[in-house]
Amino acid sequence: MTVYLFLILGFFAIMSALMVVFAKNPIHSILYLVLTFFAIAGEYVLLNAQFLAIVNIIVYAGAIMVLFLFVVMLLNLNKETEPHKSMLRKLIAVVAAGLLMVVLVGSLKGADAMSIKPTGQNTGYIENLGNVLFKDFLLPFEVSAILFLAAMVGAVMLGKKDIK
Amino acid sequence: MGDLKTIPMDWYILLCSILFCIGVMGVLFRRNAIIIFMSIELMLNAVNLLLVAFSAYHNDAKGQVFVFFTMAVAAAEIAVGLAILVVVYRNTKSTDIDVLNRLKG
Repeated sequence: MTVYLFLILGFFAIMSALMVVFAKNPIHSILYLVLTFFAIAGEYVLLNAQFLAIVNIIVYAGAIMVLFLFVVMLLNLNKETEPHKSMLRKLIAVVAAGLLMVVLVGSLKGADAMSIKPTGQNTGYIENLGNVLFKDFLLPFEVSAILFLAAMVGAVMLGKKDIK
Repeated sequence: MGDLKTIPMDWYILLCSILFCIGVMGVLFRRNAIIIFMSIELMLNAVNLLLVAFSAYHNDAKGQVFVFFTMAVAAAEIAVGLAILVVVYRNTKSTDIDVLNRLKG
C-alpha cells in the first residue's frame, strides 16, 4: 500500500512539476506548483515526517505561493506575454537537463544506497525534532531570526517607491 | 504509521533527481523571471525531500532540522527576490530575464 502511495504521489509531483515549466500562463504555473508541494508533503507523511509535511504546506503552499500570486496579479502578468525563445535554446535546455539527470542518477547509483536499512520510526515527530532543534541547533535557530529580520527590512526598502 | 521498509532508498534518489532536473530545465527553458523563481523553489524542494528521506532512513533527526532551516532561508530568499523583481518591473516594464542584459557594466 505504501509503495502504491509513493508511486502515485511521485507521479503527481513529476507531472505537475513539468506543467510548472511548460504552462503558458504564470497563474497556471503557480497553481501547478501548489499541487507539486502537496504531493511532496504527502511524501513527507509517508516518511513519518508529519511536522515537516505540515510546515511544508503552511510555508510553501500557504505563504510563498500567495506571495507569488500577489506579485503576478499586481504586475498584471496573467496573460501570455512571454516572447518565445528560439527553438535552439529550448532544445539546449532540455538536453542539458536530461544530461544532468543521467549524470546524477549514474553517480548516485554507485553510492550503494540500497545497503541503508531504515531503522527508526519516530524521527519526524515534533517531540524529537524539538529536542534536536532547541538543544543542538539553538544558535542557528536564533541566527535565522536575524536573517528574517534582514530579509524583511530588505524587502521593504526595495519595495518603497522612492528612497529619499 | 506507515512502515518505511517497503520503499527502497533508490526510488527516493530517482524521484528527487528527476524533480531537481525539472527545476534546472525550468531555469534554462523559460524567460519569465517569476517562472525561474518557481523552478528554483522546485529544486529546493527536491533537495528537501531527499534530506528528509535520508534522515528518516538513518533515524537521525538532524536532517529534518536542516530541512526546517532550508525552508526558512527559502522564504527569506523569495521575499527579497520578489521585491527585486517588482523593482525591475517598475523600471523596465517587463519581467523578461533577457532585459536584465543591461546590468552588464
